[in-house]
Amino acid sequence: MPSPRYWRERANRFRLEAARCKGCDRVTYPARTICPSCRGTDLETLNLSRKGKVVTSTVVHVGPSEFTMEAPYAMAVVETPEGGRLMVQVVDCEPSDVQPGLEVSLEFRLIRREGHSGILCYGHKGVPVG
Amino acid sequence: MREVAIVGAGMTRFGEIWESSLRDLFVEAAAGALNSAGADHVDSIFVGNMSGGQFVGQEHLGPLMADHLGMAGVAAARVESACASGGMALNMGFMAVASGCSDAVLVAGVEKMTDGADVTNVLASAADQETEVYHGITFPGLYAMIARAHMEKHGTTEEDLAWVAVKNHKHGSLNPKAQFRGEVTVEQVLRSSMVAEPLRLLHCSPVSDGAAAVLLCPLDQAEKYTDKPVKVIGTGVATDSIALADRKDPAFLGSVEKSAERAYKMAGVTPKDIQVAEVHDCFAIAEICCLEASGLIEKGKGAKAAASGVTSLGGRIPVNTSGGLKSKGHPVGATGVAQAIEVFEQLRGESGERQVEDARIGLTQNMGGSGASSVVHIYQGV
Repeated sequence: MPSPRYWRERANRFRLEAARCKGCDRVTYPARTICPSCRGTDLETLNLSRKGKVVTSTVVHVGPSEFTMEAPYAMAVVETPEGGRLMVQVVDCEPSDVQPGLEVSLEFRLIRREGHSGILCYGHKGVPVG
Repeated sequence: MREVAIVGAGMTRFGEIWESSLRDLFVEAAAGALNSAGADHVDSIFVGNMSGGQFVGQEHLGPLMADHLGMAGVAAARVESACASGGMALNMGFMAVASGCSDAVLVAGVEKMTDGADVTNVLASAADQETEVYHGITFPGLYAMIARAHMEKHGTTEEDLAWVAVKNHKHGSLNPKAQFRGEVTVEQVLRSSMVAEPLRLLHCSPVSDGAAAVLLCPLDQAEKYTDKPVKVIGTGVATDSIALADRKDPAFLGSVEKSAERAYKMAGVTPKDIQVAEVHDCFAIAEICCLEASGLIEKGKGAKAAASGVTSLGGRIPVNTSGGLKSKGHPVGATGVAQAIEVFEQLRGESGERQVEDARIGLTQNMGGSGASSVVHIYQGV
């Protein structure tokens, strides 16, 4: 991932910045300028809570080249209390324990590296609560 | 709007075709389509292709393919909608003929996937790079999440998924163009290695090379080419959010429903009228979801369709008589056109051991990404 691209996405990567449509209340993550539900353009930014519930999940056994060393790893679509949904890895647990309904906290973690000598790319991963 | 007919078809076998390049595959299929119709010229060419650029470093396929077909000068362009590129090219070709802009249109689909590219990463470029791929998801992983959501909602089992592969391999065993002609059992599917839970290797379509092409013209000119034209009576295209997380119900493919509704409306038919169908079984769960969303099988009942025989040859609505993407192979850009060829041959009564008796109306459904795009066509024998 080229550095400017990573830098550009820091609001959603670091702060979980999302947008709420004032017209229909739809929350989109990352933030957008046009609501995908009602096409409204009056949106306010908000930061998603660092917690949520697994909507659906999988355990990736055959990963992309950059993630091969981590396989098998769990991935999930997580919905936060605000209604925003995001795709994250779920870690610090048995991957097979990550099932729909699981409560997770969203923690700031290293996601990937930009090659052997490039920048480290951060973001959020889920960790089961309790 | 003019009535549109398919009057010729050609395709390569699907598989790991190391002796043929991207352009070789195209030329074999395209020349086959032209020769089958005795056509010596076309007005325009649409080339369905997902990613010549990433797979073999080749873009600008319109002129390249026209040139290698000996037709430099003709209007030609590449059409891209990920794995639905072939179906999208057919939609473009349909519009060119229906509108009166072109009389003879060659629609082809082609993909060369085995020349050494990192296929998992190339395919992942059809997902959302910023919110999905960044975190390490793969295409099997996205469909695995769809499968798990379908299991949660409808009680679908791993065995139900396995039956889709068993059925499609059985159909594919009868198709000389198929990549995998061996049959598999439920036990073999459930013992195959895990790719992304709950999807195993034998729930997944393979990496393939191949090309397919059809010739379109106005129905009232079809007799120049063939005495057995097949009418394209409906076409429908729809989109959905590209990221799975943005869909309220990840177990339901909204783009498939919308594209099918549009095609049914144009054709003036209902799902009950469809006698043979090719749907996008890139993963076993996809066939189940596509059958439900297109109305061919009642919502929530898709899981048992393969096991019960409803969608097998001889069943109420035979689905993927070609072997589907699973057994026939999935050279992504070629798939949508190859689906059209299977139905074209079925409606002409040319499918040999795979023939669906008295088939008059058929449907194809081609999907891009994890369901972000879908193209449906409906055909009628003349």
